[in-house]
Amino acid sequence: MAQTDGQAWNRGEQIPEQTPVSWGIAFGVSWGSLKRRLFRSLITMSGVVLAIAFLTYMLVTDSIARALVTANVDRLNLLLQRAGVDIFAAAGTDRRMLLLIGLSLFTCLVGIVNAMLMSVTERVKEIGTMKCLGALDSFVLKTYFIEAALQGIIGTALGIGIGVLVGFVVSLNAFHGYVVQFFPWGGACKAMVIALLIGSVISIVAAIAPAQWAARKQPVEAMRAEG
Amino acid sequence: MAPIVKTVDVTKIYQMGVEEVHALRGVSLEIREGEYVSIMGPSGSGKSTLFNMVGALDSPTAGEVFVAGRRLKDLTSGQLAWIRCHNIGYIFQSFNLIPTMTALENVAIARIFSGRAPREARRDAAGALEQVGLAHRLDHTPSELSGGQQQRVAIARAIVNRPAIILADEPTGNLDLHTGQEIIALLSAMKKDLGITVITATHDTKMLSASDTVVWIKDGGIDRVADRSEVRIDVGTIDGQTVA
Repeated sequence: MAQTDGQAWNRGEQIPEQTPVSWGIAFGVSWGSLKRRLFRSLITMSGVVLAIAFLTYMLVTDSIARALVTANVDRLNLLLQRAGVDIFAAAGTDRRMLLLIGLSLFTCLVGIVNAMLMSVTERVKEIGTMKCLGALDSFVLKTYFIEAALQGIIGTALGIGIGVLVGFVVSLNAFHGYVVQFFPWGGACKAMVIALLIGSVISIVAAIAPAQWAARKQPVEAMRAEG
Repeated sequence: MAPIVKTVDVTKIYQMGVEEVHALRGVSLEIREGEYVSIMGPSGSGKSTLFNMVGALDSPTAGEVFVAGRRLKDLTSGQLAWIRCHNIGYIFQSFNLIPTMTALENVAIARIFSGRAPREARRDAAGALEQVGLAHRLDHTPSELSGGQQQRVAIARAIVNRPAIILADEPTGNLDLHTGQEIIALLSAMKKDLGITVITATHDTKMLSASDTVVWIKDGGIDRVADRSEVRIDVGTIDGQTVA
């Protein structure tokens, strides 16, 4: 008789329910997958990086412009007017900019969903194989969710860094040392927190649908000839 | 002895648009524990469908499938996952290793699903890889391994949870003659040394000599069942040569 680990197998006992795999192990699997598909992951991530960098740039330059307007230095007011900042209204962000930001964020959301759905389609056989090995829906859900969310969150962090840097350099170029003198630390932090929140929410929302779709794949998909 | 796998009047109908395709038309089959069974048949015969039923991968339209006396229909998806994990080892034609994982990780993940801690899983995985002669290839990814080596990793992955059954779908289909024979020899050894029931789906006549029983499938039904002594004669007549 085969010496099996399945203790309940030969004894006519109730077959137990499969034990779920912890989030920690799922994280390890997702991280390994991202690392070894680095180029692919970076392309997916670049959409988030660009959108969040744009958002952060807009928020940071707006915050700097406000700070400079409030400073109310004569020579600076001249520079501000030359740069097209309305020093009387003291509000840099107009509706069109908000619309642009909104659109870029939406594109970023669609981008992550699209990239992850393609990734699931490509790996249907891999998911089927995992299920043949005893993976539960919850394991597949966890790994794909973590994978998408990680790409989104790392992309958000990079985007914030790039956005702040570019915003600072562009402002420095227009308003010279005044930017350093009147740098709005509070405003810049606020901009970064807003970008982080928006980026994280988008990443997580975008991760849900592809992960659910992946989890629903059946073990028999492992047998598919193609791929 | 009670059969380890039993199908009773299994029917499978696929809906292809408006047309109904009868993949299986009432197949009743018993597989005894410790046997090496080959399911033979051309593509489109229903061989793969039957194989998937026996492997708890697909459910019949009508009829019953029993694995170790359990009616699969009565089990929850969590129980089916438990059976796939602990009692059945799967081997595929195209190896199906996870490309982003090393040989060791590919085997260890199956062990992790059985509830082992990662450290223990890696140790057991290394042991299973040693058993298939790949102790020196633990950290290679599938793309760095030959087809034969990849299939060995797959066999290590299939046996790491010490299953009662190995299901191999065309295990030699993507391998050259010599490597294919090595894989068959390895599967036979698993049967002999570990007492594992081996069930393969194939149209490779080389597989026959290792088989205790051969089931021929034709047009969604069992055409013929032959035991070892009959198989030997058949090989001679089919191939014109005896294959070891």
